[in-house]
Amino acid sequence: MRKRYWLLKIDTKDRLLSIGFPLLLLLLWEMAVALKWLDARFFPAPSHVAIALWNLIAKGELLGPLWLLPKKVRTGDWVAALKVMQEGHLWVSLFRIFTGFLLGAVPGILLGVVMGMNRTIRVALDPVVSAIYVLPKIAILPLVMLIFGIGEMSKVVIVGIASFFLVLINTTVGVRDIEPIFFEAGRNYGANRLQMLYHVILPGALPIIFAGLRLSLGTALIVIIAAEFVAAKYGLGYLIWFSWQTLLTENMFAGLVVVMILGILFTSGLQTIERWLMPWQRDERLPPHDASDTG
Amino acid sequence: MSIKIKALGVTKIFPTRNGPVLAIQNFNLEVKEGEFVCIVGPSGCGKSTFLRILSGLIEPTSGEINLGSGQKGGPLQNIVFQEYAIFPWKTVIDNVAFGLQMRGLPRRERQEIASDWLRKVGLVKFAHSYPHQLSGGMKQRVSMARAFANDPEILLMDEPLGALDAQTRVVLQGELIRLWEASRKTVVYVTHSIEEAVWLGDRVVLMTAHPGTNKIEFDVPFPRPRSFALTTATEFGQLTYSIWQELQGEVQQAMEQQG
Repeated sequence: MRKRYWLLKIDTKDRLLSIGFPLLLLLLWEMAVALKWLDARFFPAPSHVAIALWNLIAKGELLGPLWLLPKKVRTGDWVAALKVMQEGHLWVSLFRIFTGFLLGAVPGILLGVVMGMNRTIRVALDPVVSAIYVLPKIAILPLVMLIFGIGEMSKVVIVGIASFFLVLINTTVGVRDIEPIFFEAGRNYGANRLQMLYHVILPGALPIIFAGLRLSLGTALIVIIAAEFVAAKYGLGYLIWFSWQTLLTENMFAGLVVVMILGILFTSGLQTIERWLMPWQRDERLPPHDASDTG
Repeated sequence: MSIKIKALGVTKIFPTRNGPVLAIQNFNLEVKEGEFVCIVGPSGCGKSTFLRILSGLIEPTSGEINLGSGQKGGPLQNIVFQEYAIFPWKTVIDNVAFGLQMRGLPRRERQEIASDWLRKVGLVKFAHSYPHQLSGGMKQRVSMARAFANDPEILLMDEPLGALDAQTRVVLQGELIRLWEASRKTVVYVTHSIEEAVWLGDRVVLMTAHPGTNKIEFDVPFPRPRSFALTTATEFGQLTYSIWQELQGEVQQAMEQQG
């Protein structure tokens, strides 16, 4: 068996290891609880967390009462169908994250390009942007709620603000980072402003814009969970907080697992989009050997 | 033949942190239609700056630039740049077709012209590759094809082969001669290699060390078509040597300035 493992290809070996080791950790955790090394009230066994997760889905808390959905869709009652979704913590959080993300990222890219290209605007806005950027976004939640009320709007706005500044700063840097020779080539071959934007500026800045998008999606997740801790009746953050308050630790861990899965899906989703949008970045990777590798 | 390029008293002063810097001083150049003129000078003498002034990318501080147009409606000039200024985010064929696309040619037409030029530089197989998959020499072939495909009246070349290794360089010099001899466009070619200038050019214009101005000119009388064999001829050696004798002092001065 041991011998056979060493004969496997290095890719397969890596994959086995990256799945096997986390599984081993989970197994250890499960054993530690069973042997009462860990207090099950605070660290419920992975199997219990899995059951809790399943119950949350089955009772319609996580995804809403999905079993009501087919009938609503059949009768064409979209408002009621939407209501069903609005009772699922996951959908509520996802809606807030993505609307806020889009509302922040799109203007962030646009203003970032302008700031990257126009010295006057950049110099004027830079101190303001830097000042707001360093502010922890969750700290202005009270202010946002003061302006936009305690409803859905304030959560979307807070995510939007967080995404906006991250994407803005990265886009500006991305545009500034483009080699001047590409602008010269664009101009020399007669590109007008719009052509310059589409053929030189956006593709040139895209790798760094995407770094900003990745950061801001991660931040969006943090911000929305925190906002839902304090100011929501639905959402993953609310689920985690409420479970903690009522000492339903299995549910709390189940909520954490869902957030983890979301984080992974966001990252890999963005990577897929990146690969599709930037085929020129798809470089042939070297096989995973390096000098520091001790096996 | 008519005069295609006329630059009179071109002077460029760059503002810098340490005060204004005089890059070019009172530089004059006349290029006839269909002539291949090489500008040679020590590094930092402002020859690249002059090329950018010719192209309109930089405004001269004073002096006059006149590019005579044959009025055929095509682009007036295009640059083949020093570094690999082809767009890494575009495929090889889209890079070659870039100028045509900016001019609004329909997709099919520009793809056809671009493929044609890719055939001429031997890169058809790589039409849909991205630049990072190409070697330095191949990238510079794309850069040359991009300029030729746009069919400008004047080609401005800014040390296009400067970053290549010696062997690749000889191959590309040969290809450039071949392409040029087939089209006979007006060319201003900036280089710091005397051999390259004598092999490629009809005329070699020497620039002084910084601030660059006219030093002396040499006519290159060798008949065309030219081949690499020319570089072994006695006359070739004699001409490059006499150019070097003129340039030597300027190079020394440039080195002292930089050191």
